[in-house]
Amino acid sequence: MPLSKDEVRHVAMLARLSLEPGDEEFYAEQLSGILAHIDRLQQLDTESIPPTAQVVEVANTLREDVPRPGLTQADALANAPAAVDGFFRVPSIQEEA
Amino acid sequence: MTSPWEVVIGMEVHVQPRTRSKMFCGCAIGQLGDPPNSNVCEICLGMPGTLPVINKAAVEACLKTAVALNCEIPRHTKFDRKNYMYPDLPKGYQISQYDLPMSVNGVLELDGRRIRVRRVHLEEDTGKLIHAGDKLHKAWESFVDLNRAGVPLMEIVTEPDLRSADEARDYAVALRTLLRTIGASEADMEKGQLRAEPNISIRRAGSEELGVKTELKNINSFRALHRAILYEVARQAEVLESGGTVVQETRGWSDAEQRTFSQRSKEFAEDYRYFPEPDLPPLELDPGWIEDLRRALPELPGARRARLVSQHKLPEADAVLIAADRDLADLFEAAVAKGAEAKPAANWIIGEVAPSGKFPTPEHLADLVKLVTAGSITRDQAREVLIESVETGRSPSDIVAEHGFAQVSDEAALLAEVEAVMAANPRAVEDYRGGKKQALGALMADLKKRAPQANPKVASELLLRLLG
Repeated sequence: MPLSKDEVRHVAMLARLSLEPGDEEFYAEQLSGILAHIDRLQQLDTESIPPTAQVVEVANTLREDVPRPGLTQADALANAPAAVDGFFRVPSIQEEA
Repeated sequence: MTSPWEVVIGMEVHVQPRTRSKMFCGCAIGQLGDPPNSNVCEICLGMPGTLPVINKAAVEACLKTAVALNCEIPRHTKFDRKNYMYPDLPKGYQISQYDLPMSVNGVLELDGRRIRVRRVHLEEDTGKLIHAGDKLHKAWESFVDLNRAGVPLMEIVTEPDLRSADEARDYAVALRTLLRTIGASEADMEKGQLRAEPNISIRRAGSEELGVKTELKNINSFRALHRAILYEVARQAEVLESGGTVVQETRGWSDAEQRTFSQRSKEFAEDYRYFPEPDLPPLELDPGWIEDLRRALPELPGARRARLVSQHKLPEADAVLIAADRDLADLFEAAVAKGAEAKPAANWIIGEVAPSGKFPTPEHLADLVKLVTAGSITRDQAREVLIESVETGRSPSDIVAEHGFAQVSDEAALLAEVEAVMAANPRAVEDYRGGKKQALGALMADLKKRAPQANPKVASELLLRLLG
């Protein structure tokens, strides 16, 4: 089933992507193609195959609870587009009251 | 008047397990007040190419909690990504657990009621945002501190089994006691180590159907939890009684304003697109490990409370207070083992130790209780001795000997003091004899000042006789 323009806009909003005019149609077509492929895969009979969340055959990889040095504040903020007083600075996400 | 509404509450509690490092990286768990972004690394900052590794101690704390809550612990568990874009979450997702949590179907006994626990799972905390700006210019911005990002959290979710604000608070307190007793968490609400989020709805009494619920956040004390629920229940009742409908939403509690307010969440509508975390292998929990944890659990608060009543003959109310804190209960039992009488020891612990948080050694508490029980010192003297003993680490007997504290119970010895008090307060004496019985209080207070060592019972009997 092809994706609607509304669905494209919703997905873009969730990913915080801004769309240019005309993008909706373009991505609706591309994403619908991917979904169509998934639909084809869905037709496979997987009755006898247990659900798999992981393809690597490893389990129980645990770490001892031992602190180790991380980054300095300066290094942590080095790549930030904006920082002030040791904080990352971002456009507000608070909805205006 | 009985309310036509029945209150239905389910609790979501986030608890920070006792670990030294974060959930998926080796960053130290910082302190409140650390410089921002000083306990961070490339993993908890979500830098490309980094991989998380599960903290064993966090898993162990979660399993211990699950065992103590009588949960079923499935053999197989895994982590999932909960996707949402928000600056407190640098990866763009939170690693949590979705369809295969660490444990399910537990229960916490609360004064004979069984509160069902739906699940206990592990996840990571988010960073902290500080909002700044001014309304006038619509110039808002946020400052992000990621010290908390990646700190381990256990989420403990109940079924909607709680029926009042009292019960919800009692549940949270009981849960804190349990967590502290088993050493899974320090569970200090003020430090954000225990965060309670009640889901509240109301329905007509007798109805089986659930009403529309709201979820409350920003609650940072048991008192706030209680008040927020009372407020929210009243708000919902008012909405329904005036013909309106309750909107399903998240509401914040404002301690300053003592009310809840809508936290508009339209833009962040729940659409988390959970999927299995590809960067973390699943956990196949060894039943032997869980059995070891079960065996190593200390006596749980409910069992201990019952034993304080049956073994030490404490009144239920005392047992509840003492069993609520493992340190208090340990002190109590150790002092009794050292020869202190149970009830007086409980009184000193509830009346003095618990409020001050200053713990004497069990030997010293036993010593003190014996001195008071034997009538060697007055209660007021004992209070001073206790403080000094805690401060100096010396035994109450030594302190009493040094200060020459002793309770005088001999009437002949007290006679002069009582007469002096009467002479110094002719007005009170006259008032008392004139029928104002409350004047006795002033006389006793003066006596206590002049003769602190006087046995109050003997002295007051003597005073009454001289007055009458």
